[in-house]
Amino acid sequence: MLSRSPEAFSTSPSDLATLSVQGLNHWYGRGAMERQVLQGVDLEIQPGEVVLLTGPSGCGKTTLLTLVGALRSVMEGSVKVFGEELNGSSRQQRQGLRRSIGMIFQGHNLLRCLTAEQNVQMGADLLPGLGFRARRDLAREWLRLVGLGDHLDKLPHDLSGGQKQRVAIARALAAHPRLLLADEPTAALDSRSGREVVDLLRSLARDQDCAVLMVTHDPRILDVADRLLQMEDGRLWGAETAPLEVLG
Amino acid sequence: MPSSWPSRRIPLAWLLLTRQPMRLAVALAGIAFAGILMFMQLGFRDGLFEASITLHKLFDADLVLISPRTTSSVAMEGFPRRRLVQSMAHPSVEGVSPVHWNLLSWRNPQNRATRSILVLGFEPLDPLLQDDSLRRQAPLLSQRGRVIFDERSREEFGPIGPWFRQGRLIETEVAGKRVRVVGLVAFGPSFGADGNLFTSAETFLWLMPDTPAGSIELGLIRLVPGSDPAKVAADLRRQLPPDVMVYTKQGFEEFEKNYWATSTAIGFIFTLGSAMGFVVGCVIVYQILHGDVSDHLPEYATLMAMGYPLRDLLGVVAREGLLLSLLGYGPALVAALGFYGVVRSATGLPVVMTSGRALLVFVLILVMCMVSAFLAMRRLADADPAEIF
Repeated sequence: MLSRSPEAFSTSPSDLATLSVQGLNHWYGRGAMERQVLQGVDLEIQPGEVVLLTGPSGCGKTTLLTLVGALRSVMEGSVKVFGEELNGSSRQQRQGLRRSIGMIFQGHNLLRCLTAEQNVQMGADLLPGLGFRARRDLAREWLRLVGLGDHLDKLPHDLSGGQKQRVAIARALAAHPRLLLADEPTAALDSRSGREVVDLLRSLARDQDCAVLMVTHDPRILDVADRLLQMEDGRLWGAETAPLEVLG
Repeated sequence: MPSSWPSRRIPLAWLLLTRQPMRLAVALAGIAFAGILMFMQLGFRDGLFEASITLHKLFDADLVLISPRTTSSVAMEGFPRRRLVQSMAHPSVEGVSPVHWNLLSWRNPQNRATRSILVLGFEPLDPLLQDDSLRRQAPLLSQRGRVIFDERSREEFGPIGPWFRQGRLIETEVAGKRVRVVGLVAFGPSFGADGNLFTSAETFLWLMPDTPAGSIELGLIRLVPGSDPAKVAADLRRQLPPDVMVYTKQGFEEFEKNYWATSTAIGFIFTLGSAMGFVVGCVIVYQILHGDVSDHLPEYATLMAMGYPLRDLLGVVAREGLLLSLLGYGPALVAALGFYGVVRSATGLPVVMTSGRALLVFVLILVMCMVSAFLAMRRLADADPAEIF
């Protein structure tokens, strides 16, 4: 299903990109209530690249994330994740693709009834062909890497906000994603733990050659980015400019 | 090899249930309640049918004759005794016993209150029941005014059993005439009769002087060993006039059960009661599962966003339903056994747990939980992973 016709099949360098978005338009509502939230968005992210996306609320950042994360169907334009076209993809195709896309949310969205270790293992469980013990060991290893090796058996309820977000990162990375989408992962954290979480995210993603697309409002963490993007009224600005120039 | 166990997963359904012990306790109480309700209603119903033929099962007969006007054991009508004698012309008939049958008022010798009791009158030397204690004591009935009392009759008839064993002389009134208790048997009451009393045909006619001459309510027919009761019954039906009905012993039991099941409200009521237990259980389990799914909707959506297929999540809800039914059945069974004991001692009815009913209620609880789980699954369709950002 990479290409449905010879015309759609292209051998341009963008096929090697982790993520390639071209001429993406998206609308909400119908008829008189119709409102365009994304207007001709073009975006490309290479493997291992960390890209930050900022912009006022309601400008379409989250919509872009859900489209790229294969959570919503594409209306117009092209979204290719790992070279696979999402426009016109089936529900099953998107679900399979999501296994390779890690997601970290504003709220940690951990399963309340599971311990830290079990939460991370829910991520590792998505890996095919591994035995239960192997997946559990993987979960423990990831928790150690995010510095929670001593909190394996704690429920989310007993963890601090920063610790929960670190469990969420471990869970997302435990499934060996090639693309990590993060929606304001530091919003609920104080500056120190926010900083720690982002540094951790960046270094772990680097080690795995996993690309990161992170939406954030937090000015303190902008320096982790390889590239900064700004969005306003559904358009991307400064897509190819260096971070400091965008910030002025 | 547990280390290479690729299909093993975290028991999410189990953890979802057990990490909220209060909610689980409420759910199990609800399921157990529904189970107990079904156990009791089915137990009462079957106990009633069983109790209605306590005596029927004991009759020493292969075939019976009753009047076509008879509808049940509480409305036995008379028919000519001649018919029983005529049946002896059939070569397969070995012997017959005429039986008088009626409900008469018994005066409690302790508090003088009267109550209706089933009285069977028979020739003391003829076989009546397949019961040695009655056979042994029957000769004591040859004197007029002597009766044998069923000590498992309801206690409203008085403390006859204990008094008799103490050696007290027990004399009281039946249908206004003085009788003396000369023996005890133990059979138990039925829905139709609170107690049983056995006496000679002579005493019965003395108690009931208005009985038409030559009229009996029940005729017992014993066949020579090896003959086919159904075939002989068909022969007799052809040979005897239509003022008498011929039943096999089993047919007689079915006739009685059938009366209670179809001609009274009782069978219907208890079946309806069981159905209500089932529906109530469904509502309770559905509420629990629906609430559970709604509570965890963001978490289910997260799992979908992570790439878990909807099928896996439906499986979690289905397993929750299965676990609830397994966990809820145990307490229901134990409680029902306890209540059956209470009912037995309070009413003397044969309300006992049968493996068939234990299985039936288990299947009903299972169906109840799975139907509810299935309904609660529809809520999962609302788990839109795009909404969690």
